[in-house]
Amino acid sequence: MHTHRRYNFKNQHFAGQEGRLIPLLQQAQTEDGYLRRERLEEIHKLSGIPLAHIYGVATFYAQFRLKPVGKFLLRACHGTACHVSGAVELSQAVEKHLGVPNGETTADRMFSIETVSCLGCCSLAPAMMINGATFGNLSPSAAVKVVKKYQKGERS
Amino acid sequence: MTRVTVGLSTCGIAAGAEETFTALETKLASLPDAPELQRTGCVGMCYQEPLVEISNGDGVRYLYGHISPDKVGRLIDEHLGQGAPITDWLVWTSGGKGSDHAYLSRQHRIVLRNCGNIDPESIDEYIRTGGYLALQKVIEAKDPDGLVNVMIESGLRGRGGAGFLTGMKWRFTRMAPGTEKFIICNADEGDPGAFMDRSVLESDPHSVVEGMIIAGYAIGADHGYIYVRAEYPKAIERLTIAIAQAQERGFLGDGILGSTHSFHVKLKEGAGAFVCGEETALMMSIEGKRGMPRVRPPFPATRGLWEKPTSINNVETFANVPWIVINGAKAFNSLGTANSKGTKVFAMAGKIRHGGLVEVPMGISIREIVFDICGGIRDDRKFKAVQMGGPSGGCIPAELQDTVIDYESINKTGAIMGSGGLVVMDETICMVDVARFFLEFTQRESCGKCTFCRIGTKRMLEVLTRITEGGGRDGDIELLEDLAARVKNSSLCGLGQTAPNPVLTTLKYFRSEYEAHLTNKKCPAHHCQKLLTYTITDDCSGCMLCLKACAVGAITGERKKVHVIDQAKCTVCGECYKVCNLGAIAKD
Ligand SMILES: Cc1cc2nc3c(=O)[nH]c(=O)nc-3n(C[C@H](O)[C@H](O)[C@H](O)COP(=O)(O)O)c2cc1C
Ligand code: FES
Repeated sequence: MHTHRRYNFKNQHFAGQEGRLIPLLQQAQTEDGYLRRERLEEIHKLSGIPLAHIYGVATFYAQFRLKPVGKFLLRACHGTACHVSGAVELSQAVEKHLGVPNGETTADRMFSIETVSCLGCCSLAPAMMINGATFGNLSPSAAVKVVKKYQKGERS
Repeated sequence: MTRVTVGLSTCGIAAGAEETFTALETKLASLPDAPELQRTGCVGMCYQEPLVEISNGDGVRYLYGHISPDKVGRLIDEHLGQGAPITDWLVWTSGGKGSDHAYLSRQHRIVLRNCGNIDPESIDEYIRTGGYLALQKVIEAKDPDGLVNVMIESGLRGRGGAGFLTGMKWRFTRMAPGTEKFIICNADEGDPGAFMDRSVLESDPHSVVEGMIIAGYAIGADHGYIYVRAEYPKAIERLTIAIAQAQERGFLGDGILGSTHSFHVKLKEGAGAFVCGEETALMMSIEGKRGMPRVRPPFPATRGLWEKPTSINNVETFANVPWIVINGAKAFNSLGTANSKGTKVFAMAGKIRHGGLVEVPMGISIREIVFDICGGIRDDRKFKAVQMGGPSGGCIPAELQDTVIDYESINKTGAIMGSGGLVVMDETICMVDVARFFLEFTQRESCGKCTFCRIGTKRMLEVLTRITEGGGRDGDIELLEDLAARVKNSSLCGLGQTAPNPVLTTLKYFRSEYEAHLTNKKCPAHHCQKLLTYTITDDCSGCMLCLKACAVGAITGERKKVHVIDQAKCTVCGECYKVCNLGAIAKD
């Protein structure tokens, strides 16, 4: 998630190329974990795209976050297949275990939890994703077990 | 030569296929003449993952299911060492054996022709199975109009949902004035519960890329975009590899295969908005704007991306193209019904026994898919309904299971073919809750441009929520019907126009369930938590587990005596029901 590879905006020719805005925001988020105000201002200055427009785009898409996230981002699928296979119970168990509600980050900044609409693993419902890894066929307790593995440092 | 392959798509990996692959690597390395170990995509038997295939030198293929790392040793020792396949683990063989043989043998695979058979990261394997021959044929024929006619004659209709004739779309874009034109591949796959496109992109990305290059030749476009959702990292990774390989071999780039035609493909990652699957919103998103749909006409064929003529097609649509070019329009249109030709891929999920991907000829019935191919309902429960078409679709009840798969027959039920997500429901699922679930989704995903879509869906969600929580009022059903009609009629794009469908179809087929929630304050499926009453039966052994689990102290009783729940204190959280080992807690 944190590549620490700084994006060199100056090398980008984006005069009149608004099509670059979303990829730029995606890159900024990959590097910083979220969209920092300073980053957005930097993009505005270098591209000439109005800041209001940049915020308009950043708040339209579910992918973009204006708040920092924890080291591990847990995304529990609440798509149709997962919904009918116990996704609600899964999320409740994870929230209870981590002690934070959906959309929040734990105090130690280890975990953020979110729900998503579908991970494309519907035949293994209910599913969840932690950073890039997908887990399927989860019971609420199996999901908590996976979270514990990350907490103990057995997975990263 | 003996070959061992492991299905390494997202579904396989989620089930632990990478660990199986590593175990196989170690095990095979210890053999004297180690057979080839390869990665493949997904054959579609997701319920059997991790899947390992062994093909013997004699050409017979053996597919094994649920091969966790601990089974690898025995599998290799017995199958390869002693030459004795393990019958109990076999799910399919090319010789007609295996426990789940029907799952694959009843299918007709055009789109999925290579899925699970080739290494998706190797262009050589794609070429070995006839890949890029279609492109060669098209370039040699030098007849884009003839190509468009073949597509029209094949009867291929867009697989992204609306079912528009692909060849006609190409013709309109080809005829549109302008020298700069675009091809877009819609890989946004936003329907929650659908994963056909992900699987094709992960298992056979070159077929989609080849389809796009051919489309570019047909309409005279030099540039193409693939818009793929960010939730599909593996698909993005494999597409990136495929595009680079195709460039290297001269299938993509300037002067393709020695012709004067050029074609370049760019990958665009979506940013998590369902409405961006809608074609005009998708183009807005590529242009870097908020993904809000605009009025059509003008259609993309005349004014699309950057105001230029654009043909936008779905992943599955493109994957059909090379096959049609090679095998001809007749081979394709001899499959299916009068107005729906060829095959359709369905993503089977929910309460189905064998969930995964199936590709069937149009005209087959829902019953055949659910029971004959996918083995019926899990845990032998009762089949209640299938949900087709996602948030734009509807629930088709079990009584209509003989409905055949074609665009018009499905529409008649009130559902839509959609992109191919098929979520199977059993008797434990509450249809009012399903309708509420979809409205929660569309309400959240509405871009906000049209008032009725933005606010009407919200009001519908509020009504549905109060019904499922026991607060339903007289006239709520009529209110839902009234709102549904208004949202349908006054929305600009397909999202709003179809958002009420899940409510309308459940009202049409499961009205009594709504009435039970409203008048008796009961959920017939025993799903809606707030409408349940928990009681303890005489089977209680007095183990005190439930008493300890109850957070509000509503349960009383002595050890070894039947416990009781004080209904006045009970918050119907269901914890006691979950902890009871004897099934002594009844819910009604
Ligand atoms: C709200 C909404 C979401 C859509 N999502 C998708 C999608 O995820 N994938 C897709 O291929 N088409 C989707 N479509 C349909 C597209 O607008 C368009 O019809 C399709 O990409 C055309 O390709 P086809 O002719 O090959 O089907 C969606 C339409 C609407 C109204
Ligand atoms: S519905 Fe959860 S992965 Fe698709």
